[in-house]
This record gives sequence, structure tokens and C-alpha cells, in this order.
Amino acid sequence: MTSSAISPSVTSRLAEIVGAANVASDFAQLATYEIDRKVPAAAVRPATSEEVAEIVKFAASEKLALVPTGARTKLGIGYAPSRYDLALDMTRLNKVIAYDPGDLTLSVEAGVPLAKLAQVLAEHRQFLPLPVPFANRTTIGGLIASGVDSPLRQFYGTARDFLLGMEYVTGEGVATKSGGRVVKNVTGYDIHKLMIGALGTLGVITRVNFKTFPLPLATRGFIARFPSAENALEMRHRIAQSALTPLTMEILSPRVAELFSSDAATRCERAAMPTNVLSNTEWALTTGYAGNEPVLERYAKDLQRIAQESAATGISILAENLPPAWARKREFIPIALASSPATIIVKISVLPMRMNQALVVAQTAAESNDLHWAAMARGLGIIYFAILPGDHTEDCRQRVATATTAIQEACAKLGGHATIPWAPAEWKTTLQIWGPPRADAAQMQKLKSVFDPLKILSPGRLAQDL
Amino acid sequence: MDSQLLYDLKSLLGSESVLHRPEELMLYEYDGSVEIARPTCVVFPRTTADVLAIVKLANQYQTPLVGRGAGTGLSGGALARKGGILTVFSRMNRILAIDIENQRATVQPGVVNSDLSAAVAHAGLHFAPDPSSQKACTIGGNVSENSGGPHTLAYGVTTNHVLSLEAILPTGELIRIGSSALDSPGYDLLGLFVGSEGTLALITEITVRLTRLPEAVKTLLAIFDSLDDATETVVDITARGITPAACEMLDGWTLRAVEAYVHAGFPLDCAAVLLLEVDGVAEAARQHAEEVADICRAHHAREVRVARDAHERDLLWKGRKNAFGAVGRLSPTYYVQDGVIPRTKLPATLRRINEIGVKYGFQIGNIFHAGDGNLHPLILFDARDEAQFRGVVAAADEIIQFCIEMGGSITGEHGVGMEKDRLMPLLFSEADLDVMRDVRAAFNPRGLLNPEKIFPTKKGCGEIHVRPLPLAGTPSA
Repeated sequence: MTSSAISPSVTSRLAEIVGAANVASDFAQLATYEIDRKVPAAAVRPATSEEVAEIVKFAASEKLALVPTGARTKLGIGYAPSRYDLALDMTRLNKVIAYDPGDLTLSVEAGVPLAKLAQVLAEHRQFLPLPVPFANRTTIGGLIASGVDSPLRQFYGTARDFLLGMEYVTGEGVATKSGGRVVKNVTGYDIHKLMIGALGTLGVITRVNFKTFPLPLATRGFIARFPSAENALEMRHRIAQSALTPLTMEILSPRVAELFSSDAATRCERAAMPTNVLSNTEWALTTGYAGNEPVLERYAKDLQRIAQESAATGISILAENLPPAWARKREFIPIALASSPATIIVKISVLPMRMNQALVVAQTAAESNDLHWAAMARGLGIIYFAILPGDHTEDCRQRVATATTAIQEACAKLGGHATIPWAPAEWKTTLQIWGPPRADAAQMQKLKSVFDPLKILSPGRLAQDL
Repeated sequence: MDSQLLYDLKSLLGSESVLHRPEELMLYEYDGSVEIARPTCVVFPRTTADVLAIVKLANQYQTPLVGRGAGTGLSGGALARKGGILTVFSRMNRILAIDIENQRATVQPGVVNSDLSAAVAHAGLHFAPDPSSQKACTIGGNVSENSGGPHTLAYGVTTNHVLSLEAILPTGELIRIGSSALDSPGYDLLGLFVGSEGTLALITEITVRLTRLPEAVKTLLAIFDSLDDATETVVDITARGITPAACEMLDGWTLRAVEAYVHAGFPLDCAAVLLLEVDGVAEAARQHAEEVADICRAHHAREVRVARDAHERDLLWKGRKNAFGAVGRLSPTYYVQDGVIPRTKLPATLRRINEIGVKYGFQIGNIFHAGDGNLHPLILFDARDEAQFRGVVAAADEIIQFCIEMGGSITGEHGVGMEKDRLMPLLFSEADLDVMRDVRAAFNPRGLLNPEKIFPTKKGCGEIHVRPLPLAGTPSA
């Protein structure tokens, strides 16, 4: 591990801002903030956005690089920061500032855990449709900054679609905001959208406003098993052309059954898997839907017919509770990460009708390089393709690099793209984590210069110069 | 105007594509708002290359440059506030590609909103954002303003349906942002550019998501003898977790104006109606229609009518979508506001709007997207009367002030433009506005593109310029 060093005067200044108890500088504590073997020189835990602004202002004056952290579940996404002096631990900003169930709006601090928020909303039979990976631990700020998606995006969209406004601190320590707290608003630029998936490179998110949603009354899960991906996708296409608007839709490859029933899976998510609904040798389409009794019957009837037309070998219908929407499916990424010493998650995005080609390409690339794999594809055209190497050797790294390059090139030819959000730390610099160089990179640079001209916010995590 | 610039524009585009005589320019000095600003010249590009060349000329001559679609905007976004070249996209109106299976379409910015939906209706698809001006307004304009519409309550606004853009920055760079496949890596440039009110780039190509039309639609008209009962109904529908596809409200006065014009069969003696729509699979639409009707009756609706067929449904919507035109028949000018409030504050806010109307002596009609708390008070006045003009601005400001006190916003879908720039400090601190100005400067460094929009000029309060409406029945949101 490498760690950066700062002078004692820095820690004492930080202690002035947040109190000595909220500055960590001993190695054992700091090691818990490690990102890809890099350990910060100090970790500081502010309690208010004013303290955040003061810390960032101080860091800017000292040219100290900082990374905002929440539950630290997704710091492995992207490159390691090129510099990492301070961990800005946001978990003390943990208040629900306002919740108006009658208006279905919510304003929360960035450090609020998603699970805690879910409890608050459930009291009013509402929820945030964000059952993202690491849902039991992740904070709101972390899920926004990492840009992860959830099974419910099929119906509700991603956080971008129901984020109403945000307060954040720029790289110069200015506390600022955009958007508002009403469900419809076109006042000023939508800067809050820029913060989604920016991995903390543009600003430190301090407060987030969301639209909330009524919890669906009753939900069901439908699973159909198929001899091939092509058949499962055939069912996906037929559903897309039908009147049905399911809440979730995922296509699961063979081997997912084995992953989901492993000890690693149990460690990631205690809620047990439904038994005998997935097979290790078959593909599956899983979909969730909601409504009253006549609606549920209609879905069951139509889905059975569509499954038969798509040559399903078997179907199962589950009483499913939302959330969590079939918890281990939600946790596909953490389970895959826990299932191999060197898991690589490739995120493929193509048009829906090209998913079969993309899956064939990825499967071929993995198998021709002797790599195990498992895949979960969302109905909208996103495929999480997990490569599961058996070891961590240089030979293995080379095979992984060959396979991922082939996948990235082929996806570009298909009019899509493939990124590698998760990979073993020491392999990252040899992989194109964010895909090939992009034509819009210059525009992203312009934004970085506006929000973080000194490049002290999570430098390098999204791209070398962002 | 610089005759050399005119010469260059004519050489580039042909003289039939450049307007500069005063009587021609007058047609482009207004939009759907009460603002006026006359451009120095008007040009009609046909291709992305034309637009690129126009941008380069604007830079060469240091002339302001403003994009415009159909000019239906309601905040002066497409007006040349500082003069200069008004670039009208009406000839870039081709649908470039339709991909039914993947539910995508790529269009030029001048394609009319409802033309795209019509072009894909055979496949059971549509472009979901449906501003009331959808038969005239362009998709380029929708993207610039992040337009809403009645059905955005359930389907989302324009930004939720745009997947990628080709655009030209005022520096002359051609950029492509987003992609037709989801989750383009890196910053969400698309999220920033959609709704930037033409201040960051001229858009030359748009890829959108197409949405499947619902299997069943139920349209209900709930008639109330009390405005409070109608607004309480909206609060209750929201609180019970029902999201109708649309939830529009018209007050009694507006309703009578509309009925005289459209003859939709609206009752003439009620205080308010709610136009409600639910959709989905047949079983869901049926159930939601019953639930919504029950809630209306629980709040003393005098009658709940359900449209029996597509013809009745169209007639009800015709009444709603032509409402601004109907009001235009009654008054030389009206000023429409676009405030947003949390939905639970609807009853209090409508009462306050009425009081403000009485206080200033104006008739105020209310017709709006009740389901998302987006108000459209229409203040009737005569712009030729100086005192009335001052009064209407004061009344409008008081309404907006109240919306903000309720935790709301100054614009839900019409944009800030040149109409509400002076109100921005009511919502945003100088630091907030400075960050946004810096973002603008990053893409529009010389401020040539759509100058003096969205952000207040630092020298103080501007004045709004008001003119009589040229014609009643101009399409509006």
C-alpha cells in the first residue's frame, strides 16, 4: 500500500474545522479508506455542508487532493485517484432534511444510508425506486456519485429521472445548488445531472432532492427458462412490443444460478434465493410487475403465452416483494466481485435489438481466452458481463486484456460502448476502463475546469485528466 | 446592419434564405410570450454545414446569434434580445431515421413535435412530451426549453426522452453528445444541454426515445362547484399514490372562455373542472379510472363524465390545448405565468391568486397542470394602457413570490428566457448563478449565442417589454 503524507499543521487545521475526534490520521483507521491500495494521509468527517465547504477551501489552498466517501462500497469503480491526500467521509451528514409524503418529495443529506431512508419512506407506503447494488449499506451520495443503476430502471428510469435538485460544494470550496424541490422545474441549468456518475470529480454532493413514489400494491415475479440467449431475448422483444409495462426485466446467463447460491452470495445478501427457478445450464428471463388482482392475472396470462411463443422450457411465478426486488439479482455485481480473486465487470450498452450480438461477442471473447463468465442483461440494453478468472497471474491479466479489448471494439462496431467499472486494482492501468478515447472528452474537460480548476476532487478516477 | 455580413449570409445560403427588411423582421420580433426584440436579420439554414458556416460568420463579425424553432416559446427564449442573426430551423425539418424495433428516432431540430408522433403511430409508438403547442412547436425547441406538457405527469419531460444530440457550439465546434445506446460514459453533457434555453449550443440533430402507446386510455371530466374541492381532489389523488397520465385543471371563468370557442360541451356554470386521464393495460386503466372517479366524488364532484370514445376524448383535449387561444379572443393581451408549487399547496395558492387578481383589478384565469403543481395563471390586460402594464407586472411578481414562499419555483416548463431572468435571484444565490454563468462561459465564451437570457444582467432590474397580441389563437403551451 502507498500512503501520502501531510504535515501536522494540516491535521490541526482540519481539527479546527470538525473537531479533533473527527480527524483520523492513524494508519489502522486510514487503511479503511483505502482505494486500490492507496491510503490517504488523513480522513476528515464533517457534519455540515459549511464544514465541507471549509475543508475543500482549505484543501484547495494547500493543493490537497480529496475523495468524498460514504459507505465505501463503490470506491473500486474506475481508476485509482492519481493523488489521494484526504478522505472526506460524508457519513455524518446523515439527516433527512425534509420529507413531504403528500407532495412525494424528499430532501436528504448525502450521507444518509439508502436503507435508513427506505424505512422512513415505507412508513408512508412510499419508496425511492433505487434498489442498487450494495443497497444494504450504500449512502445516497455514493449511489448518485457512482451512477449505478437498478433493476427498476426498466419502469422508473435511473436516478437522473427523479432527481429534483442538489446542493454541492465545488472544488474551490463554494457551496452551491441547482434545481429545486418541486417535481417540475426548468429554472437554471440542470447541474445536478452532471454530478451523477461523476465519481466526485466535479463537486462534493452535500444534499439531494428526490421525487418519491408510492410503493406498488402487490408485485409478482415471472421467470422463464430458455435453451439460448437468443430465445430469452426473443421474449424480451415480444414483451417490448406488447401492452405490458413491467417494473423489472433481466436476462440471466447460465452459471448465475450457481453464483447466486454460493456462500459468497449469502455474505453479500442474506435474503435467500428462490429455489429451483434458475438452472445452471439454461438462460432465464426474469420480470417483475405490479397491480391489483385483475392486472396481475393479465400479466401472468400474457407472459405465459409470450414465454411459450419464445420456446421457453419452463416457467415459474413468484410472489415478490418490492423492495428488495429479488435481492440477489439486485446484488449481481457484489456477488460476482466476491466470486473470483480477480473479477472484472464489463458494462456493455447497445441498442436492445443488438443485445444478442453483444452477448455472443462477449461470450466468445471470454471463452476463447479460457475465462469463466456470467452475465445479467437489463431489458433496456445494458449488459453486466462478469469475467471470473480463477487466479491473479500475469498470464491471466493478458487474457483478460485481450478479451475486454475485443468486447470493447465489437461493441463500438455495434454502435454501443463497453466500460470496465470494476477490475483488480493492479490491472486497471492496462485496461481501457472507460472505453476508447471519446470525441466529447474536450467538452468534459471544460466542465472540469469550471467546477474543479485545481483538480483536487477525486483526480483521475474518471479519466486521467478529469 | 453590416452589409458585408448580409452579403456573406446571402452568398452562403442564397438570398431566399436571408430576411432583413423591417417588414420581414417584424414577424420574428415576438414569440408566444409578451416580449419583443427585433433581430438584425433572419436566416434559414438547410443543413448542419449551413449552421456551422453561420456560426463562423457570427464569430467573424462578432454578431449575436439566436436559434429559433416555431417561435411558440413563452419566455422570449427564441428572441434576439441584442439583435443579430436569428437562425430559424424551420427548413431543417426532416425525420432522418426511425428505428421501430429499438424505439428510437433521429430528427432534425425543425421537425414539428406532433409530426414525429404521427410518423410512428402506425407502429403503436409516440414521442411522449406533448406541449399544448405540439402541432406547431419543434423538437429542437422542445430540447432547448426542456418542454413539458399535460402527459409529462406520468411520462416525464423532454429531458427524459432525449438520447443524443449533434450540436454546434458558438465557438464553431461540432459536437456529438450522448448516444442512442444508454449510459454514455463520462459526464452527463446531455442532461446539461437539454433545457439550456439555447445558450450553450445550436442543436442540429436529435435522437429521441419513442414510447409505446398505452393499450387503454380513460379520460374523465370531473365537474366541481367549488374551486377548493377541485384542488383538494388533486392533493388527495397524489397522496393516495395514484399517478394519472394527466391531471389538468380549468377554472370556471377559463372554462366558459374555452367553451365559447371550442364547443367541447364543458359545463358553463361550474367553479372548476379536472381533466383526468389514466392509461395502461385495459385492466389497470379501468381500475384507476374507478379509483380516480371515487376520489372526485368524495370531494363533492357534481358529475364525473367519462369520454365514451376517441372523438369525445379528443374534444375534451381540444378544449384544454386551445385554451390560451380561446382566452386570446377575450383580451387584447394576457400574461401567462408558469410558477410551480408543491402539490399540497394548491388550494392555498389558488386562493391567493384570486386575491391578487382582486387587489390589482385584473381577471385571472387558471388553467394548468394540476397533477404536478405547475400553475398557469393568465392575467388579462390591455398592454396599450401604461398603468395596466405596470399593474400586471406587479401582480405577476406577487404570484411568483407566493409560489417561492410555498417552496416552489418560478418556471415549470416555459423557461426563464428574457422574461424571468430578473427573478432568478429569488431562487438562487449570486454564488449559484456565478457557477451557472461559468458553465455558460465554458461553452459560449464570448456570449455571442443567445445573449442576456436566463441570468440577470448584473446592473439591476430589467423591464419587460409588452406588446398587444397580433392575433388570437396563437398556439401556446
